[in-house]
This record gives sequence, C-alpha cells and structure tokens, in this order.
Amino acid sequence: MSNTLQEVDARKLSCPLPILRAKKALDGMDQGQVLRILATDPGSVMDFESFCKQTGNELLSSEQNGGEYVFQIRKK
Amino acid sequence: MSTQAEKSSASLPGDLLKHGAALDAWFDQRFADKLKEIEENKTPSLSIISTKGTMDWAYPPFILASTAAALGWEVNVFFTFYGLELLKKDLHLEVSALGNPGMPMKMPFGPKWFQGINWNIPNLVMAGVPGFEKVATGLMKKTVKNSGVASIQELRDVCIEAGVNLLACQMTVDLFGYTRDDFIPEIKGWVGAATFLPIARKSDVSLFI
Repeated sequence: MSNTLQEVDARKLSCPLPILRAKKALDGMDQGQVLRILATDPGSVMDFESFCKQTGNELLSSEQNGGEYVFQIRKK
Repeated sequence: MSTQAEKSSASLPGDLLKHGAALDAWFDQRFADKLKEIEENKTPSLSIISTKGTMDWAYPPFILASTAAALGWEVNVFFTFYGLELLKKDLHLEVSALGNPGMPMKMPFGPKWFQGINWNIPNLVMAGVPGFEKVATGLMKKTVKNSGVASIQELRDVCIEAGVNLLACQMTVDLFGYTRDDFIPEIKGWVGAATFLPIARKSDVSLFI
C-alpha cells in the first residue's frame, strides 16, 4: 500500500465537475492512496465533505488558500 | 424481521423470558440496532422522470444523476415526452427565453459592467425576430463554457460510464414517430410507466423534472 499523492486540478470548474473528476481519479487509485484536489468552486467545500461521508473515503484535509480550495482524500 | 426477532428471543435464558419489561427493552434496543445496520448497509437509490427537452432543463437530471452515481448510488432516469431529446445521438438542445421571465439575459463577453447588464427584451421581439432562439442558445453555451459548467454531452457521458440506467419511454417514441436508431445505443430499456413506477417505489429519492 503506497501513499503516492495523485492530483486533480478542478480549478475554474463548476458543480458537479470537481466531484466527478475526483471520483474518476479515485476509481483508478489503490486503497490507502491519497488524492489532492484543487478547486475554485466555493460549493465544493460542503460537497467534498458530503461526498466523503457518503462514499466512506477519508477527508484528510480541507483548506482554503486565497480563492482556492485544497482537499486531500484517502481512498477507502 | 419477525422471524429474526422470534429466533433471538428464543435463544434468551429462561428466567429473562419471564420478565416481560426486560425483554421488551432488549427487543427495542436490538430492533433499533438492526434498523440502523440495515440503513447503513443499504445502497441509496435515485429515480428521476425527465420530461423537458431544452438545454436549460437538460442540466438538472444529468447533474443529479451523475453526482448520485459518483456517490455510489443506484440511479434510474426515465425519459419521457420532450425528455427523449436528451437521449438523441445528436444533441441539438436549444434554450428559449420567450415565456421564461426567470432567465437572465446577459452577455457572456465584453467588459464586466457590460456583462452585468440584464437586457430587458420585450416578448414581441423574442417571438418575432427570426433566429432569436439560436442566438440565445449560442449565448447560453458561451456562458456555460465561461463558467466552467460541464456540457450536457459530458454529463451524459459520465452517467453512461457510471452505469446510470437510462430508460426511454416507448409510448413517446411511437407518439412522435421516432425510430430507435435516432437514439444512443446505451439506453437500458424501452419501457412504460408500469416498468418505471415499481423502480421509483423502491427509490429513496424520486424526482420529476
């Protein structure tokens, strides 16, 4: 089980694309690996929280840097 | 559920069985735990009836269906009447501002102050100027692109890839004289209300759009 960090750049994308792109990336990852997502959609803060709660993936962090949001999700 | 409960109480020691209140409390607790367990292990499901064939109305069903699929839900969408347009091989969806007072009329180009203007265009103009819908559709597509919103085609592809069940209304096909060749091959079934209703009945979320 490696922790290779994968990244999805969902900046400038609107709902539901950040979630859909993240889901697609997670599908191609191994259990325990961490996905980093960059987004600019303010709605994605709540959406990723809900996404992780529903899918069982672990939301490691959710941060805001200026107008950008960074999420880290560990695949279940 | 009752079989399960009987079996559980049968395995209780004899002296506890004599105490009705204790047994009731035990059963209530066990029942609550079991319900919670069932709820947690259940795959949520969504069923949508999609009835509109314009570009603006194409978004809600495809956004909700693709997102639900991403959440791991089981999704069924029943396309009926004008909703069938959304399953055509070639998508030619347009948007009409006429008779739609809720639709802002803004320009997706130019300086910010210009883009902020909500153009108040009289119905008479919208109805009478040839090609008005084509222009409105073009502007809407540009706005969608500028805002990073997915195209309908993209959302539909995600739905197909994620295993959303796309169901087409056979009656509408006959009514409007379509042929099945007009539609994408990924349609899971050509069905009627009698097929869709039992699916909707079992769904946790059921929407008419």
